Amino acid sequence: MPTIKSLEDLKKIREEALEKRKVKSASGQIQVIVGMGTCGIAAGARDAMKAILETIQNENLEGVIVTQTGCIGLCEKEPIVQVVVGDQPKVTYGKVSPDIARQIMKEHVKNGHVVKEYVIQV
Amino acid sequence: MSVEIKRSEKVIEVVNSAIEKYGAKREELIPILNEVNRQLGYIPTEAMEEISRRLKEPKSTLFGVASFYHMLSTKPRGRHVIQFCESAPCHVVGGREVFEALKEELQIEPNETTPDGKWTLITTSCLGVCSVGPVVVIDEDIYGNVDARKIPEILARYE
Amino acid sequence: MKYYRSHVLVCVDPECLQKGAHELVDALQDELVATGLIDEVQVLETSRIGGCSLGPEMMVYPEGIHYVGVTPDDVPYLVEEHFLKGRVVNKFQTPVTKAVDEELGAPTQKEVRIVLRNCGKIDPENIEDYIAEDGYQALAKVLTEMKPEEVIDTVLKSGLRGRGGAGFPTGKKWQFTRQAPGDIKYVVCNADEGDPGAFMNRRVLEGDPHSVIEGMAIAAYAIGAHQGYIYCRAEYPVAVSTLNIAIQQARNLGLLGKDILGSGFDFDLEVRMGAGAFVCGEETALIASIEGRRGEPRPRPPFPAVQGLWNKPTNVNNVETYSVVPQIILKGAEWYASYGTEKSKGTKTFALAGDLNHTGLIEVPFGITLREIIYDVGGGIKDGKAFKAVQIGGPMGGCVPAEYLDLPLDYESLAQAGTIMGSGGMIVLDEDTCMVDVARYFMDFTQEESCGKCTPCRVGTRRILEILTRICEGKGRDGDIELLEDLCQEIRTNSLCGLGQGAPNPVVSTLRYFRHEYEAHIYEKRCPAKVCRALIRYEISPEACTGCTVCARNCPVNAISGERRQTHVIDPDTCIRCGICMQVCNFNAVIIN
Repeated sequence: MPTIKSLEDLKKIREEALEKRKVKSASGQIQVIVGMGTCGIAAGARDAMKAILETIQNENLEGVIVTQTGCIGLCEKEPIVQVVVGDQPKVTYGKVSPDIARQIMKEHVKNGHVVKEYVIQV
Repeated sequence: MSVEIKRSEKVIEVVNSAIEKYGAKREELIPILNEVNRQLGYIPTEAMEEISRRLKEPKSTLFGVASFYHMLSTKPRGRHVIQFCESAPCHVVGGREVFEALKEELQIEPNETTPDGKWTLITTSCLGVCSVGPVVVIDEDIYGNVDARKIPEILARYE
Repeated sequence: MKYYRSHVLVCVDPECLQKGAHELVDALQDELVATGLIDEVQVLETSRIGGCSLGPEMMVYPEGIHYVGVTPDDVPYLVEEHFLKGRVVNKFQTPVTKAVDEELGAPTQKEVRIVLRNCGKIDPENIEDYIAEDGYQALAKVLTEMKPEEVIDTVLKSGLRGRGGAGFPTGKKWQFTRQAPGDIKYVVCNADEGDPGAFMNRRVLEGDPHSVIEGMAIAAYAIGAHQGYIYCRAEYPVAVSTLNIAIQQARNLGLLGKDILGSGFDFDLEVRMGAGAFVCGEETALIASIEGRRGEPRPRPPFPAVQGLWNKPTNVNNVETYSVVPQIILKGAEWYASYGTEKSKGTKTFALAGDLNHTGLIEVPFGITLREIIYDVGGGIKDGKAFKAVQIGGPMGGCVPAEYLDLPLDYESLAQAGTIMGSGGMIVLDEDTCMVDVARYFMDFTQEESCGKCTPCRVGTRRILEILTRICEGKGRDGDIELLEDLCQEIRTNSLCGLGQGAPNPVVSTLRYFRHEYEAHIYEKRCPAKVCRALIRYEISPEACTGCTVCARNCPVNAISGERRQTHVIDPDTCIRCGICMQVCNFNAVIIN
């Protein structure tokens, strides 16, 4: 990315970032977001992340972006994994063990069924 | 004799790399001490002498700083340092049992090192992850929702 | 793949269940089947939407509409209007929720998210995500459109006060630092969050690091500084690494460094890590630690605004303070000042802990009452027990009893109630808590963390701890209460820094509101809450005991005797009051007296 030299440059980067987001949702791209604050890591977010990446590889899932975020404020429910499919609302899962992570990847990300029993409201 | 020479060579090497990383400046003293502490597990007297020479600061000042901060140790520590959070939020969700289990498993009290030099047990102030308490940190790995029964399994992960 | 066009989330928390949440879910399912919408609309059970008191409640996505008080009878109408005709049913909507949801996306009606707006929403290690949420717009605005004085003026008008605890007006602090003579000035962020149970700063540092960086850059411009330091405690390694990544990304984009946005303004930042010393949260101790010395406080004045880091004028603010600055610049001082009370504007984060149904981090506007925080946001006291007190403000704070539940919360009202805002720790205590024991816990903490430089704090806290310990052990003497009061007064007036001056607060406040508990311990050798081990006796109720021998077999000191199928007896002299018998008894026959 080039350096930002003026207010216009900053605005351009903002527009581009927003545009990227829009394209992501319009194309039905799937985002998997893992809470990687200290609380998440302490509760086992790294293991969940590993399971997610492994499942993507093993199942040859395409068009899935895995990103991270900070503490969302529901630390008692960590590890937290959120799934966004295209422009649909974000679905948040709590207490995601590696097994649950694999289940979410197979049922929700691959087949489009929300794994109801682990959904939490934020 | 040769073992000792090797050891002090290692100490000097660690001090050198720490000073190179942060610069031989007074205000970088805490980062330097932190780095040496991290690399060697503690800050040996030889390291103190070398830092004193390089930073042109009296040893007494260095010792004053090193002894002030809980995380810096002037005594040798085990290969793995276990930090146990002793704050109230962890205490009320079963921290006491976990602490007892740790002491039982390692057969040491806080601030002690096991005879084989593998483990040192220390307490720490709040780590800010209270909702997943009790919390234990081993070296740089943090474990949340720990219960006493999980202790042997967690310890077994370390060589 | 199966897509639903809409998701209905029904809260099934205990309170909503009581009000018929399951019936509501069933009615919704039936109606969706009947109308043929079941393949398009999905009903999910969830928790913590935040309006249980108005329940049953539900959220409808993607619109994000919050409905409350819907009965199964209302369902056919609601489904027809909302899902078939696409019209929001106003009568089930709470107006407050609507406004807050639209503006800030806050999870409960009482919460307002300004500090935490991006936390958990953006990727903290991707600067683009922050820029997409209007990040660095405020910095661009001050650098291109505003004079430093105008920036200070805006912050002054917003009414923002220091969120580290003391509540000094931020704009004033900036003004003093700007006016202080000297060419070289510094901005410092105090991220040495040490109060047990308080982790609001960690969450901002890990979840939205750029908001702190941007706030510091704006402050630097306003006071005329070109170098900043973030002093972060070593107990937060993840926060340190997130900050370093964020700083590097900002440098790469030219948002830190030389000639930012072509304005000619230079500013750069460095993270300094502590090494485990609570007192370094005190600003003069923090400065000493950045300089590489023992983190010991020094007397003020001179204040850091005049003589701080390397004796240069230095502006020290807390993480939360810096992180709201960009919002104030972008949305205006009036917008920020529209939240809160006359003297305390805006919002504050609190870390709720203790005997509550929902613990965790919240952000609420000043002026909210303790009752609203504890019962509406925190979901009330665990296990239906009674509220006894709330300890506010960390180890230097005090305990506030039930009579203050309706006090509108701000800096002044808390001082009046005998405590401080502090960093915003709130530990809720239920009826089973012994207040002498609570005071002892906090004194144990401050005694341990006293840096030892001044005598009143070093020796005084230790003496108080000894007295409290002896009271809890049943060895309290006549005159101990008066001695405690004397000591507290001495330590408070003669200590060097806020740690010592605040250290007696837990004792002073519990003496003020719960003096009878101290008296019961000392004169009647009784712990009213049945907590202090030396003052309680485990007994076995002859009515409930079945003589199953479980307690006797589990007692580690063989203090329990009795024949099989006969009532067992505990020998009080041998008993070590470990409580194991009580835990193992299947008939609730072990009681505390």
